[in-house]
Amino acid sequence: MAQSGGFEMHPLEQFELHSIGGALGHSVNFTQANLFMVIGGLLVLSLLVLGTRARATVPGRFQSLAELLYEFTHSLTIDQIGPEGKKFFPFVFTLFVFVLMGNLLGLIPFTFTYTSHIAITGALALMVILMATIVGLVYHGFGWFSYFVPQGAPVALLPLIVLIEIISYLSRPVSLSMRLFANMMAGHMILVVFASFAVILGSLGAVGILGALIPFAVNIPLIGFELLVALLQAYVFAILTCIYLHDAVHLH
Amino acid sequence: MSGNSSEPDPSFAERLQAARQRQGLDKPPVVQTPGDASGLGFGLRAGMELVAAELVAGVIGWGLDHLLHTLPLFLVIFVLLGGAAGVLNVMRQFARADSDRAKRPPQTR
Repeated sequence: MAQSGGFEMHPLEQFELHSIGGALGHSVNFTQANLFMVIGGLLVLSLLVLGTRARATVPGRFQSLAELLYEFTHSLTIDQIGPEGKKFFPFVFTLFVFVLMGNLLGLIPFTFTYTSHIAITGALALMVILMATIVGLVYHGFGWFSYFVPQGAPVALLPLIVLIEIISYLSRPVSLSMRLFANMMAGHMILVVFASFAVILGSLGAVGILGALIPFAVNIPLIGFELLVALLQAYVFAILTCIYLHDAVHLH
Repeated sequence: MSGNSSEPDPSFAERLQAARQRQGLDKPPVVQTPGDASGLGFGLRAGMELVAAELVAGVIGWGLDHLLHTLPLFLVIFVLLGGAAGVLNVMRQFARADSDRAKRPPQTR
């Protein structure tokens, strides 16, 4: 790609997986993605355990954060699914916090964004859709299949409509996983591209350093935008999970 | 009415509201905070739904062709159906947003 003064631009290099932890890590293929999943999980766990340990009536900083996170997800789940949503709250909360942690951790320099890999978002989306399907089957038995037959549709068009409905249902995990993965990956790529511009221009001497300020300045609002995207995508992932569970519980 | 009553009468509430607004103490009435932060996400979702349905349908069609050795036939049919499914997804998304908006009280919108 673009080459100047020995510096090459590799916007995709950040997504490469390397096994870490020496021979042991190599033998079990423990990559930096796994490491950051573990870190993210431990951070959430410590936030919730340590944050709520004080059990103060007037919460401190961490207790506020933990309570805010809990209540936000709780109201989201109940609003979207209805009273039955209580049963699914742990599932939605875990997903939301896992995705949120992945998105936010990735914004810290030298970390790895595990939500930027479709293998991970795809696994999460498959879990959601399997969960929704099983919940639908448990709640409604074979009646769940009537989900694919809209009410009041003309019989002559049914073969076509049922096919379209099935495609629509199957496209859910795809759009769910692709949205998160594409957003995270694109954002991090853009950051690297602009940062590389700055480095390449900076190596061209005095004029280059002045020019390098422009891509550098672009990167500052971009980081803010990425923060918005990180929060938004975790929220969208959680709310779509709730919507799919709602459809499974209520059939439309 | 005396100012001592525990419940302010509506005209007082209205005057207070007007005074607060004059002084800039209240946010302007067009507050669209929590919903609108996800407006961007809403738009991106719509685009992704279209693409995802098309992709899934294409894969199903191609897979059927691959199994039955009828290469263009099912691919063509399913790509068309995929387009329809994508539009259906987006229509559902908008219908759901509309019903959500109708359910919520106006000030939290």
